[in-house]
Amino acid sequence: MDETIRTEALVKTFGRTRALDGLDLVVHTGEVHGFLGPNGAGKTTTLRVLLGLLKADGGTARLLGGAPWSQATELHRRLAYVPGDVTLWPNLSGGEVIDLLGRLRGGLDAKRRAELLERFDLDPRKKGRSYSKGNRQKVALVAALASDVELLLLDEPTSGLDPLMEDVFRQVIREERQQGRTVLLSSHILAEVEALCDRVTIIRDGRAVETGTLTELRHLTGVSIQAELTQPAAGLAQVPGVHDLQAQNGQVRFHVDPGALDAALRELTSAGVRSLVSQPPTLEELFLRHYDRARGDGRDQEVAR
Amino acid sequence: MTALTGTGKLVRLILRRDRVLLPIWILTFAGLMASIVASFDGLFPTAAERQSYADASAADAGFTSLYGPLHGSSLGELSVWRAGFYPVLIALIALLTVIRHTRTEEELGRRELLGATVVGRHAGLAAVLAVTLAANLVLAALVAAAMAGQNLPVAGSVAAGLQLAAAGWAFAAVGAVAAQLTSGAGAARGIAVGVLGGTWLLRVIGDVSGLSGGGLSWLSWLSPIGWAHQLRPYAGEQWWVLLLPVALTALGAAVAVALEARRDVGAGLLPDRPGPATAAPGLRSPLALAWRLHRGLLAGWMAGFAVIGVVLGGAASSVGDMVADNPNLEEIFTRMGGRSGIIDAYLVSVMGILALMAAGYAIQATLRLRAEETSGRAEPVLATAVGRLQWAASHLVFSVLGSALALLAAGFTVGLTYGATTPDLGHQLSRVLQGALVQVPAVWVLAAVAVALVGLAPRFAAVAWGALGLCVVLGLVGAALQLDQWVMDLSPFTHVPKVPGAAVAATPLVLLLAVAVALGGAGLAGLRRRGIPAA
Repeated sequence: MDETIRTEALVKTFGRTRALDGLDLVVHTGEVHGFLGPNGAGKTTTLRVLLGLLKADGGTARLLGGAPWSQATELHRRLAYVPGDVTLWPNLSGGEVIDLLGRLRGGLDAKRRAELLERFDLDPRKKGRSYSKGNRQKVALVAALASDVELLLLDEPTSGLDPLMEDVFRQVIREERQQGRTVLLSSHILAEVEALCDRVTIIRDGRAVETGTLTELRHLTGVSIQAELTQPAAGLAQVPGVHDLQAQNGQVRFHVDPGALDAALRELTSAGVRSLVSQPPTLEELFLRHYDRARGDGRDQEVAR
Repeated sequence: MTALTGTGKLVRLILRRDRVLLPIWILTFAGLMASIVASFDGLFPTAAERQSYADASAADAGFTSLYGPLHGSSLGELSVWRAGFYPVLIALIALLTVIRHTRTEEELGRRELLGATVVGRHAGLAAVLAVTLAANLVLAALVAAAMAGQNLPVAGSVAAGLQLAAAGWAFAAVGAVAAQLTSGAGAARGIAVGVLGGTWLLRVIGDVSGLSGGGLSWLSWLSPIGWAHQLRPYAGEQWWVLLLPVALTALGAAVAVALEARRDVGAGLLPDRPGPATAAPGLRSPLALAWRLHRGLLAGWMAGFAVIGVVLGGAASSVGDMVADNPNLEEIFTRMGGRSGIIDAYLVSVMGILALMAAGYAIQATLRLRAEETSGRAEPVLATAVGRLQWAASHLVFSVLGSALALLAAGFTVGLTYGATTPDLGHQLSRVLQGALVQVPAVWVLAAVAVALVGLAPRFAAVAWGALGLCVVLGLVGAALQLDQWVMDLSPFTHVPKVPGAAVAATPLVLLLAVAVALGGAGLAGLRRRGIPAA
């Protein structure tokens, strides 16, 4: 499969802060790739390096087959970018900004522009200073989506949108994928990533801690189990690979690694199972596991005790 | 919670944010006032010399429009008169300060952040007014001390200080009202500066009319700038006049509070006009975008330069008349630094001042680059097929060509108004335009300093204003302070040929251009290499 973006061991430092600390990121052509991490994890820095706005201090980055830093202008003709914090020129109308950015990129589809304005319910006649945060975001989105480009780099594009508009956004991104466009979607809204993305990279402190399809990630991280037992399953806590164990009134809930599933189920059946529900982990659980572990010695042990 | 809850905390916030700016302008103006006394004392040491200078100046329309009425010939009166444009500058600083801490904050959304904390509705306005009014009183006290310290009468010195503060107070209130009217800070500044310009013009018309006992002299009394002069420091102080600016300040503050109570945060009283739904066909390049962003500023500067040029050019022939009437002044004027021909010496100094102002525009236009970067507006543009140098060049066109155009506009109106009083308009116009042109390389050096800072040390970009400040100090008071030549040589303006009068020497101009190109080139190279936005 073709790669639209590949970074290897990317490093970017600001003074003493290491914003990117050996980041590996691969985005395949034609996929919607979720780029997950909380504020300050290095998502925006990565996008700025990919845009050639910042120069990496180490590692390599390739984008659309070129070098982001030295070939920035040529590559920019083939991509569109929506910054996380959109500021507009106070004396230009939204329509003017959309047209200007589109033309600077090399052209704009007028029909698509009109359609997007309609769907996002955006008044293009307002001046930059009078738009709300969500509407400023829509201006940048329409400008990016109305361009005929191969790659969309979106930095938390829905952080100011209402649920209705978020729904429109999801539809539009699905259409983009059908057109064969590649999308790198940085976000901390897990439901959005879960709904849209083919593959996901989770970033923490400037490093990718997890990457793959959602199914792969789920498989790697095992399942959540909830069961009603006839008697207490005393041995369950001793099974390696069982986390977050909670036992109450004959009910147990726990999370189990794929390799330990068999052993855990044996403990359950020996205690007598009345009912059993197993669920693949939600993205939120995947995500929180990485961040909870980072925070000191982990809740896992505390709860399991 | 009352409408003023939190004012004290906001005062501290403003003092923290302006901890450099406030002391700089206060000390600069106090220093300038003090140095004027010293330089007058040096130029006209005897009462007889001062008398003949005052006799000639007091009746002159050009000087009166520039500096205001001159009441007598004492050292104090002459010094305050010569500083007659300072109240306008103080007023400008006051109104800009107030708008910067009210409407600008609101436009950027920071007001909202504070407004959601335990801060009353009017606390922001009250805080900035308190700071601005107090800063003006500090300035008044420093000026009074500096003047009285040079053995001038104490009462007059106090009045000289309060004269500046009165202008600052009145226009702090004007700024407060203007900040309520529009939702954009730029438009609010435009309104307040327009009011300042208008009242200054009223003062000019009134005072000039008063020279000939004309019927329009009452116009000066409609102008807060006129009030400052009517306080008459060292010339039988009319203390009651102070009531006028104090009343205006109170009235303005009350109106601003009433307006603020009546509107939403972020909104203005004047409605925003909608813009076009699609961009004009021409808006398709970084240069076209830069033109949209710079055109208002450029037009304002060019208009201002043209008007100042008319006033200064009109005063040129007055300088000549004065000398014709008073042969004994000639020696004094040649001592003031002229080479040959008193009018030429005057025109050279006029061009020097205009060049410093043009450099201010050049720096302001250059720092737009940095403002675009820090506000995040550069990012979407640079994420399109626009190269960094192309983006930078689109803004620098305005600092390079715009500053030259503004200077030429002023040179043109100076040459025209002065030339019209001579038998040879065409010849004088071309001489004056030459005088404007030779200043351009020095102006570009300062623009290049700003480019170098933006490219190589972006966090210190505002230091460019410090470089201009140094040039202003060296240019205005360097000679009077008899600084060493190497210190004077730091300013590019020291090296500009004294045209008209002297021959146009190519070497310094070429060297200045080379310095400008080198600094600008280094800055652009730095801009290409560094990250945007800079960390």
